[in-house]
Amino acid sequence: MKRSGKIEEKIFKVLMIIATYSILAILAIIIYTIFAKGIRSMSWEILTQVPQGGYYYGKGGGILNAILGSLSLAVGATILAFIFGLPVALYINVFLVRKKKLVTMIRFILDLVWGIPSIVYGAFGFSMMILLGLQTSLLAGTLTVTLFILPIMIRSMDEILRTVPIGLSEATYSLGANKSELAFKIFTRQTVSGIITAILLSFGRAIGDAASVLFTAGYTDNLPNSLMEPVATLPLSIFFQLSSPVPAVQDRAYASALVLTLIILLVSLFSRGIGKRYHKTKINF
Amino acid sequence: MEIEPTHKIHIENLNVYAGKQQILNNINIRIPKNKITVILGPSGCGKTTLLKCMNRLTDLYPELKVTGKVMINGKNVLDAGEDIVKLRQYMGLLSQRPYPLPMTIYNNIAFGLKLKGIKKSRELHKQVVRYLQQANLWDEVKNRLREPASRLSIGQQQRLCLARGLAVNPEIILADEPTSALDPISSQYIEEKFVELKNDYTIVLVTHILRQARRIADYVVFMYLGEVIEQGTVDEVFGNPKMEKTKQYLGGTFN
Repeated sequence: MKRSGKIEEKIFKVLMIIATYSILAILAIIIYTIFAKGIRSMSWEILTQVPQGGYYYGKGGGILNAILGSLSLAVGATILAFIFGLPVALYINVFLVRKKKLVTMIRFILDLVWGIPSIVYGAFGFSMMILLGLQTSLLAGTLTVTLFILPIMIRSMDEILRTVPIGLSEATYSLGANKSELAFKIFTRQTVSGIITAILLSFGRAIGDAASVLFTAGYTDNLPNSLMEPVATLPLSIFFQLSSPVPAVQDRAYASALVLTLIILLVSLFSRGIGKRYHKTKINF
Repeated sequence: MEIEPTHKIHIENLNVYAGKQQILNNINIRIPKNKITVILGPSGCGKTTLLKCMNRLTDLYPELKVTGKVMINGKNVLDAGEDIVKLRQYMGLLSQRPYPLPMTIYNNIAFGLKLKGIKKSRELHKQVVRYLQQANLWDEVKNRLREPASRLSIGQQQRLCLARGLAVNPEIILADEPTSALDPISSQYIEEKFVELKNDYTIVLVTHILRQARRIADYVVFMYLGEVIEQGTVDEVFGNPKMEKTKQYLGGTFN
């Protein structure tokens, strides 16, 4: 009996080791490919210029249009999603604390819409645009991406707010605070690092998604200059460059992918730094 | 039940259910003013739930259903609606483990003061100093008022929570095993403080520590499995318990 238990444990240990390291290896290969191919065709020109005529057939220029486009779109969508998302997450956790069934239902619905593929958001955004007579534009793209990241934003903030110990709510109420004071003065402060992580996570999703901006933000070789004009995005820029028949342009797609990866990497490093800094102010358990 | 000036809290026919299970069964207690009332009993007997009914923190637990009356200053806490926010300021809370607010030491005290409408920074500062002194914490924190409260030791945090509770100027202090997470010295300090504070406050202390109850209680309520078995002055309950269960508990047959 004891021996077979030991063999079992060994088998599982080996399986876990294989799973862990193969996944790490796959991720490493992906990142290596992006870095290796990306750095080769990376240049100052790519980062600082917009595509010249014939860029996708090998002419000069860069992807500044997509870098700035993606940043402005993702920043706008993240801000909007935060403004609408934080109150929802606080409402669920502070005001609806006695309505367990309702809260379960809201969370279930949010999880469902989280799972909807982003192309569906894109299609929805597109049909709304037709309804409102909007054209592909930074505004339409931002609003669609906002919808797409809202459930992510709300649910990740919600999961953090759920960790606030009930004793802290009791202490705050005992001091004569009402629900909004508990929500905005205590819950938000107690979970600052988690909320920032949620914001950055949503930002990462916003900037990396291609399908939701495909019909809504459109694409352009110009720099973003108005809310009502189409705007370029990094994922679509990568797609268009990879679709080129010219190998040199395909390589430049990797440089674009490298830029996107670095932005997301920076954002996540930043969020970790903030997490650590604020961790010290958390209470002892 | 008429309101007697010598009693601060009147609890009448209080029942608490969690789903089909009854946690508190027909509780009737009068809590005397300016005395330490100890609610005593083994763990799981409903002491903490009883305490939470008094300032309606039961609101935070969706599974709890509360019926009956908890009269404080002539108002029934249980159907006070949103007035409960004000009513809670009559009652300071000290819980088993300190929960400092996620802000600086200074702001932990100032938070409640600001809720009471004190805005001027000079007045705030004066009061913060006063309550930190009253909780015997001032000398330890006077040079670190702007540090997060979470950096204090557990014993200091508990005193901070006491200072914070006193700062909103309550009439009643509700304490739920406030010494259970503390070292002996901090515990002793809290006990001594309670004895001193009862001149100005009505104190309700939940504990399962017999010796603590004997040391500082004036009035004792003994609970077992959601019911009040016996209540009376400390001499009555400890010196001459009438009920078999009380005798067993005090004799250490179970705890």
